Amino acid sequence: MTDGTTRETASGRVGPPSGTILAPGYTFTTITDKLASIALSRRTPKAWFFGAAVGFVLTMTLLAAITWLLFRGIGIWGVNQPVGWGFEIVNFVWWIGIGHAGTLISAILLLLRQPWRNSINRFAEAMTIFAVACAAIYPTFHTGRPWLDYWLIPYPNTMGMWPNFRSPLIWDVFAVSTYATVSLLFWFVGMIPDLATLRDRAQKMWAKVVYGMLAMGWRGSARHWQRYETASLLLAGLATPLVVSVHTVVSFDFAAGIVPGWHATIFPPYFVAGAIYAGFAMVLTLAIPLRKMYSLGDFITAKHLDNMAKILLATGLIVGYGYVVEAFMAFYSGNPFERYMIWNRIGGPYRHMYWALLFCNLLTPQLLWFRRARRSTATLFVVAMIVNVGMWLERYVIVVVSLSRDFVPSSWGLYRATIFDWATFIGSIGLFLALMFLFLRLLPMISIFEMRQILPEAKVAEEEA
Amino acid sequence: MSAPRLYGLMAEFENPSDLVAATRQARAAGYVHLDAYTPYPLEALAEALDIHDRRLPALVLGGGILGGLFGYALCYWTSVIAYPLNIGGKPFHSAPAFIVPTFEMTILFAAFAAVLGMLGLNGLPMPYHPVFNTPRFAMASRDRFFLCIEARDPKFDHDETWAFLTKLGPRVVMDVEE
Repeated sequence: MTDGTTRETASGRVGPPSGTILAPGYTFTTITDKLASIALSRRTPKAWFFGAAVGFVLTMTLLAAITWLLFRGIGIWGVNQPVGWGFEIVNFVWWIGIGHAGTLISAILLLLRQPWRNSINRFAEAMTIFAVACAAIYPTFHTGRPWLDYWLIPYPNTMGMWPNFRSPLIWDVFAVSTYATVSLLFWFVGMIPDLATLRDRAQKMWAKVVYGMLAMGWRGSARHWQRYETASLLLAGLATPLVVSVHTVVSFDFAAGIVPGWHATIFPPYFVAGAIYAGFAMVLTLAIPLRKMYSLGDFITAKHLDNMAKILLATGLIVGYGYVVEAFMAFYSGNPFERYMIWNRIGGPYRHMYWALLFCNLLTPQLLWFRRARRSTATLFVVAMIVNVGMWLERYVIVVVSLSRDFVPSSWGLYRATIFDWATFIGSIGLFLALMFLFLRLLPMISIFEMRQILPEAKVAEEEA
Repeated sequence: MSAPRLYGLMAEFENPSDLVAATRQARAAGYVHLDAYTPYPLEALAEALDIHDRRLPALVLGGGILGGLFGYALCYWTSVIAYPLNIGGKPFHSAPAFIVPTFEMTILFAAFAAVLGMLGLNGLPMPYHPVFNTPRFAMASRDRFFLCIEARDPKFDHDETWAFLTKLGPRVVMDVEE
């Protein structure tokens, strides 16, 4: 094998003994049994029922809101002239951004040989897929006639019409659908060996059949593993530029427009950093209750939370830099409309949003400079929650505040979300929770085979012949 | 009453080092049709078995190139030939605007090539395989390491191979029925 060092040796090189990213005392047997039993056992934690019930109820809210939308049209939302993009685009960007951390953990940290990712990559990838699914709801229904959405796809049709490839909105269709597809492939391929484990460990007939079909006859042959590892690395290499491109293209939706507050060259990198920031906040929001619920402290250790908190802090600082540059460029450009845009954010009708955003995204994460804050799960959880809110506010400020006051004061207008905007937003959180809880119950939420790799006994003792 | 045909002999090991050592010895003894089964990827094993399959990266590269050409051709054909629209006076052939769909198609095709190529070269999905006839083989996805010398190997002789495998210090040696 010439394509690089093995993951086993990599884990040694990264330094700390695996004890810090995995509690000592585990063997292949115990780690497999413990992780597989989460999906296979009959006993489900009480917290699961609670979470799944909340997710289910809120999903019903989403369905009700969307059903009414289909009857009445998008007039039930608060969007109108001049704010034609309201909650729906805010939520779309928010959800897509959240997805980015999953790909970062599964692809970029794999390429960087960070073995600590092995215990969090699976559910982070699941989070990506569910977040993208939630995001996709919004543009789908925002078109007003979702039954004609297939017009966005280039296909030979009797109308003789084709999409306009010079529009960032069609780029978005390509970027988001490719991202969803590749994430799903990556997630599924990563699960094949674990599905085989579940197939072999399952007691019930139906479980054997279902996991067996999904595992596709995986038998752990050395020849298979070799191609499997190559495929994983190549997929990671492909997903890395992809994930950077997705939020870049999302930012083009704005940056290619001329509205003050949108037309900025800083947008692509600033959006990508914001996406990773939001995504890690969501991973922490999920990981902290999860490790409690399934007592996974041995696998998702203080070291993991610490690392994630550091990434949160670093990306938070990049996002903060983005805010500063935005404000600086508004004044430096000498453009009165750009300058007014910043004054409008600071003191206009939506100033509370802007100041709350600065508090959430700029100020709060500074707590993470302190080791004590990074080591306290309660503090981390609160910080992550505040960042989740902050990133939503950021998109609100960019989308709504910019549109509400553009060039001509006679065309200014305020936006107010209706109850249906809120129902769709909260409903999508419910859909996300419902999908997440189903995943936790039915599929291996921690990659079992990758956890075996970081065990000390996984190393081959070298006795050169 | 015909006895079931033999697929090969399977030896079970407790740890990766024993398996890698056994695989090296089996190769040294001249066996060629053999495979090892492990609960996680083991680079040293690929070396011991001398697995050098370079087809997958080539497939992925091919997929990527095909996807890129397809993406650009789609944009060009649509915007210049099939449905030329004057949008804000921009040229029909707006190369910079075509970069994004081209890039996305490159990644999409390459990713499909990686996944389908991996499955295809591995011969998956495969609903039936003789190794599963060994009840203990279920542990290959948990904590055990297996070496299988296949009956089609020219050097294979049931008793002799059995004795050879026993010498390597496995937990058990088993018949694998076809």
